[in-house]
Amino acid sequence: MSLIYNEDQQQLLDSARDYLAARSPVSAQRALRDQGVAQGFDSGVWQGMVELGWSAVAFAEEQGGLDFGFAGYAPIFEQIGQHLSAAPLLSSVVLCGSLIEQLASAEQQQALLPQLISGAQRYALALDEHDRHQPDKCTLQAVAEGDGYRLDGSKCWVADGVEADGWLVVARLPDGLRGVFVVPAGTAGVSVAPRRMIDARNMAALSLQQVELPAEALLNSGDTEAALERALDRGRACLAAELLGICDRLLDTTVEYLKTRVQFDAPIGSFQALQHRAARLYVQQQLARNAVMAAFEALDREQGDIAERRRLVALAKWKANQAAQLISNEAVQMHGGIGVTDELDIGLYLKRVRVAQAQLGRSDLMAARYAAQRLAR
Amino acid sequence: MNELDAFRAETRAWLEANCPASMRTPMPSDEMVWGGSTVQFNSEDQRLWFERMREKGWFCPDWPTEYGGAGLDVRRQAILDQEMRRLHCRPPQINLGIWMLGPVLLEYASEEQKQRFLPPMARGEVRWCQGFSEPNAGSDLASLRTSAVLDGDHYVINGTKIWTSYGNKSDWMYALVRTGPMVPKQQGISLIVLDMHSPGVSVSPIDLISGKSSFCQVFFDNVRVPADQLIGEVNDGWKLGKALLQHERRAMSRFSESALPTHFDLDEYLTRCLPSPEGAAELALQQRAIRCLMDEECYSLGNRRMVDAVSARQDVSGLMAISKLVHTEQERDKFELLLELLGNAALGWDGDGFAARDLELTNSWLMSFAQTIAGGSSEVQLNVIAKRVLGLPDAK
Ligand SMILES: Cc1cc2nc3c(=O)[nH]c(=O)nc-3n(C[C@H](O)[C@H](O)[C@H](O)COP(=O)(O)OP(=O)(O)OC[C@H]3O[C@@H](n4cnc5c(N)ncnc54)[C@H](O)[C@@H]3O)c2cc1C
Repeated sequence: MSLIYNEDQQQLLDSARDYLAARSPVSAQRALRDQGVAQGFDSGVWQGMVELGWSAVAFAEEQGGLDFGFAGYAPIFEQIGQHLSAAPLLSSVVLCGSLIEQLASAEQQQALLPQLISGAQRYALALDEHDRHQPDKCTLQAVAEGDGYRLDGSKCWVADGVEADGWLVVARLPDGLRGVFVVPAGTAGVSVAPRRMIDARNMAALSLQQVELPAEALLNSGDTEAALERALDRGRACLAAELLGICDRLLDTTVEYLKTRVQFDAPIGSFQALQHRAARLYVQQQLARNAVMAAFEALDREQGDIAERRRLVALAKWKANQAAQLISNEAVQMHGGIGVTDELDIGLYLKRVRVAQAQLGRSDLMAARYAAQRLAR
Repeated sequence: MNELDAFRAETRAWLEANCPASMRTPMPSDEMVWGGSTVQFNSEDQRLWFERMREKGWFCPDWPTEYGGAGLDVRRQAILDQEMRRLHCRPPQINLGIWMLGPVLLEYASEEQKQRFLPPMARGEVRWCQGFSEPNAGSDLASLRTSAVLDGDHYVINGTKIWTSYGNKSDWMYALVRTGPMVPKQQGISLIVLDMHSPGVSVSPIDLISGKSSFCQVFFDNVRVPADQLIGEVNDGWKLGKALLQHERRAMSRFSESALPTHFDLDEYLTRCLPSPEGAAELALQQRAIRCLMDEECYSLGNRRMVDAVSARQDVSGLMAISKLVHTEQERDKFELLLELLGNAALGWDGDGFAARDLELTNSWLMSFAQTIAGGSSEVQLNVIAKRVLGLPDAK
């Protein structure tokens, strides 16, 4: 593994680009928004992704996966970013799939994983309880009752939580540690409220009132804290790759506009004030790419050093957040008036950027995670 | 074990055995060894390290062996770099000829010139300086006026060069000179090499904001240079000069490798000066420092990506174009932070009450301004990225 794509990754990238350009161009995303589709994605497009193997990429062969390694997700999410395609790949496969892979018993895996990989069912991770992602804070209580548990509390900002087939709910166990529960849709006491977000994707608030669950709903065949951390780091890397794809697209679009838009009898891209700003955007995009590639490399070394994984994933999400912030803002500014119209796709990218920046950790949290590793040496 | 791993193991073992312990420590600036006819060693270890690396051909590990190099490919060269960094080996010598002129000679010089100039360079026997800039030709280098007029089998040189780093200590200079005065400015320039001891060459040092410095103005008064010291074709020097500047940027983008005296480790100062930040001000400072560290790591990962990309024969011109800009600006930012971390201890000029290393830091901070100007200012780098990488149009 290195910091450039190998042949397999390049093939994934090419096929993702072709597929998404054909089936999920930005116009399709715009249509989903205009129609107010609650699920926020197109089931047909999602099934196509499954058929291309995207939901199987990182799982072991004996679990029905392709055993490709996690680094396969870098090119896929980059292309998802480029095309602004919504899909439950992150929520169901990367996050929930990782937790199930790490924490489920053989039986639980049998019941859940094939369904996730085939796309027959999709799960969403119910973790956050605050408006800013604070992964360690958890007050939703799981009380032991009979052979099972009773859950009480609420979760917010559950990505793809609307119309999910079930949720993985993180709760505080009687011993004070955290546990991950499988809560299928339709379980009594669970209610879901959609939250309409600027990126028109699927987001939900979840309320759990006296929700009775059997003992086997708890996934506890491993170290929950370590598994959560790892799953979240995987998710962060995917979001960073998505943001990187968005940066690439916005920069290309903007540079193209600078070459063609004429003012004062000259293409505006001949003005040095804009040239220098565009050059600085390129610098940031390249730095973000360095960090994203290194994060996936670290994630792919299964036996790798955990501290290094934490550090490099935090670096990648931080840098991708920063670059996307700058590039999306400048893309709007350099397009002038047309840049703030809904007609142009730039606004759709800008709005997605803000949500992806916040998801699984804003820049400050990432900087703190990075510092904890680096200054501990 | 594959071949690269074997090379790594061999290299590591050799360095362990041959790099003296005193050459694995941070290097104060007065302990830098400059290759050249008057090479000086402060210690026996310096001499040993210099000679051992010379014998390995590792002054210029990527050059072909017939010109004194070690013939290493990109991967092996990167491995050697990494292993030297891992052990904190000092560079055995500093030599502008090897970093900048050598690669251009390899590409453009005649066989006779290669045989004549490269092997002594590779042995660190000649100290070179760069005569490009002139008082009225800085960023706009092509407007240079120092002239070289053919007179029999010699060129006669008149004019002046400025900012010539170590012009007063060098044996030879490679210079851009005007050989075609009547043509558009880029087309009348040639690259020529000359002995700094030639009659008619005079040198005067320039003080910088950092104090006494190694920068000079050089004057040429009817200096006669043999015609066979012109490199490449006559009037074709602009192309060679541009190639050379690319190598300069590459060298500059490495100019803080941990073993160099200009290197100050922000991590180390941060843990020393702010062990447990208290209060809003200290926290804010720590936050800024962390961001600086993060940006620095993003940059250095780029160097790794570049090696991977070169080995896979991918185009790295984009990454190359940003590296000098990013590195020098990040260094400048880092020094500003170091100044704040150290407080008044970093604001001393000389004399008692200041640690030598802190005075050195202050000096490096002031020099960091020079780095964002030298070798093409940040603005010129941005022009290059905008035009060559992004393809933005020229102004009318
Ligand atoms: C420490 C140091 C070492 C050096 N060593 C050497 C050496 O060994 N040999 C050698 O030949 N030279 C050397 N130089 C010279 C160096 O290459 C020049 O200083 C540099 O190219 C800038 O030229 P200038 O100083 O004339 O500035 P100017 O070209 O006058 O620039 C002044 C300002 O205008 C800006 N500017 C100029 N043109 C443009 C443009 N087109 N667009 C936007 N902004 C622009 C610049 O960025 C700068 O901010 C060295 C310089 C320094 C500082």
